[in-house]
Amino acid sequence: MIASDRIFGLVVATGALAFLAGAFGIQTSFLSDPLGPKVFPMLIGSAGFITGIAMVARPDPDPSWPTPALWLMIGLATLVLLGYAWLIRPMGFLLSTALASALTSFMIYPNWKTALPTGVGLSALLFIAFKYGLGLGLHAWPQSYGG
Amino acid sequence: METYQNLAMGFGIAFTPFNLILALIGCFLGTIIGALPGLGPSNGVAILIPLAFALGFDATQSLILLTSVYYGCMYGGAISSILLNIPGDEPAMMTTLDGYPMACKGRAADALAISGVSSFVGGFLATVGVVILAPLMAGIAYLFGPAEYFALYMLAFCTLGGVTSVNQAKSAFAACLGLAFAMVGLDNSTGMDRYTGGILHLMDGIDFLVAIVGLFAISEIFLFIETSGQSSAVGVKLGKITIPIKELKQSFGAMLRGSGIGFIAGVLPGAGASLGSFMAYMAEKSYQGKNGAFGTGDPRGIAAPEAGNNAAAGGALVPMLTLGVPGSGTTAVMLGLLMTLNITPGPLLFKEQPEIVWGLIASLFISNVVLLILNVPLVRIFVRILTIPAWVLMPMVTMVSFVGVYSLSGSTFDMLLMVLFGVLGYFLRKFEVPTVPVILGILLGGYMEDSLRRAMVISNGDWTYLFSSPIAIGLWIFAIGGFVAPIFLRRVIKRPELMSGDGASDHD
Repeated sequence: MIASDRIFGLVVATGALAFLAGAFGIQTSFLSDPLGPKVFPMLIGSAGFITGIAMVARPDPDPSWPTPALWLMIGLATLVLLGYAWLIRPMGFLLSTALASALTSFMIYPNWKTALPTGVGLSALLFIAFKYGLGLGLHAWPQSYGG
Repeated sequence: METYQNLAMGFGIAFTPFNLILALIGCFLGTIIGALPGLGPSNGVAILIPLAFALGFDATQSLILLTSVYYGCMYGGAISSILLNIPGDEPAMMTTLDGYPMACKGRAADALAISGVSSFVGGFLATVGVVILAPLMAGIAYLFGPAEYFALYMLAFCTLGGVTSVNQAKSAFAACLGLAFAMVGLDNSTGMDRYTGGILHLMDGIDFLVAIVGLFAISEIFLFIETSGQSSAVGVKLGKITIPIKELKQSFGAMLRGSGIGFIAGVLPGAGASLGSFMAYMAEKSYQGKNGAFGTGDPRGIAAPEAGNNAAAGGALVPMLTLGVPGSGTTAVMLGLLMTLNITPGPLLFKEQPEIVWGLIASLFISNVVLLILNVPLVRIFVRILTIPAWVLMPMVTMVSFVGVYSLSGSTFDMLLMVLFGVLGYFLRKFEVPTVPVILGILLGGYMEDSLRRAMVISNGDWTYLFSSPIAIGLWIFAIGGFVAPIFLRRVIKRPELMSGDGASDHD
């Protein structure tokens, strides 16, 4: 049973239809060239729809998917990275980087004895390298707002 | 004689102390990036672009730094192929076939020396090829109007999935996805907003650096978590470093043939370094016939693919610089760099900013010499770096990616978007959808639409204008042929299986 590619193809085809529908909603200016801003997106949407259908019709063998435990890890890693992106500014570079790199290190090799030094070490090393070596404007500690 | 003057000017630019240091740093970093499994030329260059930009380098300096990295990767990839039987990046895959067996016989040092010298021959000849071919191509490019450019973009998208792609529908989908991302933002000519969903951050469009770093670098960490960094291959000890002169002589022909094949593969759109090394190896194998001991540690089996992938790396710069259409994944990333710097590649670049082109070419020559020195006598340094475990390396790569994007725009939105592109990249790779066409779509989408619309303005909406010149028709034929051919060729050419299931799925 080849399921993954068929589902993926359906998602692609649906997405392409949505994109196509979106193209019809693009407003045209009165000052437009013969083609206008709609036609090219419509071509892309149609081509994308065809590729989706082709994947449903002729699917590849299923890829080897991660186990549920690994899915959980990948989900967590996504949250950690999103959180890092969110916090790097208000929290300052050192704390947020130490946390994020310790957590990602732990997810690759689950051992706190290696993950914690990795986090602290990377955070310090990268801060020194970027701030003083390359002169990028990074903030070490939480900034007071407006400051 | 104009070429000599230009080259002299180029060397004048490249030989300034600061540029020499940049080339040296680039070569060093590139060799490391190439050698480390899981980091290849495209994600290595992608991570470094925002940094080069944030450091305020000008166009020539950034180009010198990043092309040195690019060339360095081609050298470095062989180190882990030979010592660990894991290709450091995809173009180095063919080097495992004879490099690792040779290392197992206790001749790792000889294998590394042969690979270093062949890389030098390939890279050097390819750079000479760029000097000769690039101005010619730039001359042809003057004949291109909007219809021809549109056909050329079609050609790039149709062939970029190329012979290496598993499923043409997926390559086509990847191109559509990239083009769709390129549509987000304000329309260039009418100023109408498209697909922004009213989000102010998206009005300027999706920054392709954010997309590139997400797709190439951030997605890597998810793959590593999935495999839990289990690349504990048994390494081979490196003995005393000597120069195997006899074998270098024996494989010199293989280097020359490999360089020629690789360069052609590099210049053709969509082929790139992986195909270059693959074809160089296969050609050498059939050329030697029964004389060779391929697969058991034949030095020519190292020389041909290593010369091939370096020559292809050089060759891929030709269409990128002259036409603005990259021949491989990494040159696509470098095209992104040029666009960020507001440089439009093409014939005008050669005429109006020759110092950029020729400074770059001169620094390629210099990088090659530097890399030969780094990779033969000093190879031990890089062997030591290979022992960095994945649980230090991957967090580091991720954090460097964040710092790059952060220092570029300082925007939280961009960093969040980058993570989402990383997740997307992970799923695309699981489904074996190539990510290079996505990048190319984001980069070229705007230009492709522009050329189509300008063509329609010229012809007043007559579609047949797209097929009205011989050049355009030729490009369309190649585009369609390039898209259809792999479907049939796949039965003939089988790609050799990777010997280990590691996470090193890079694009050249």
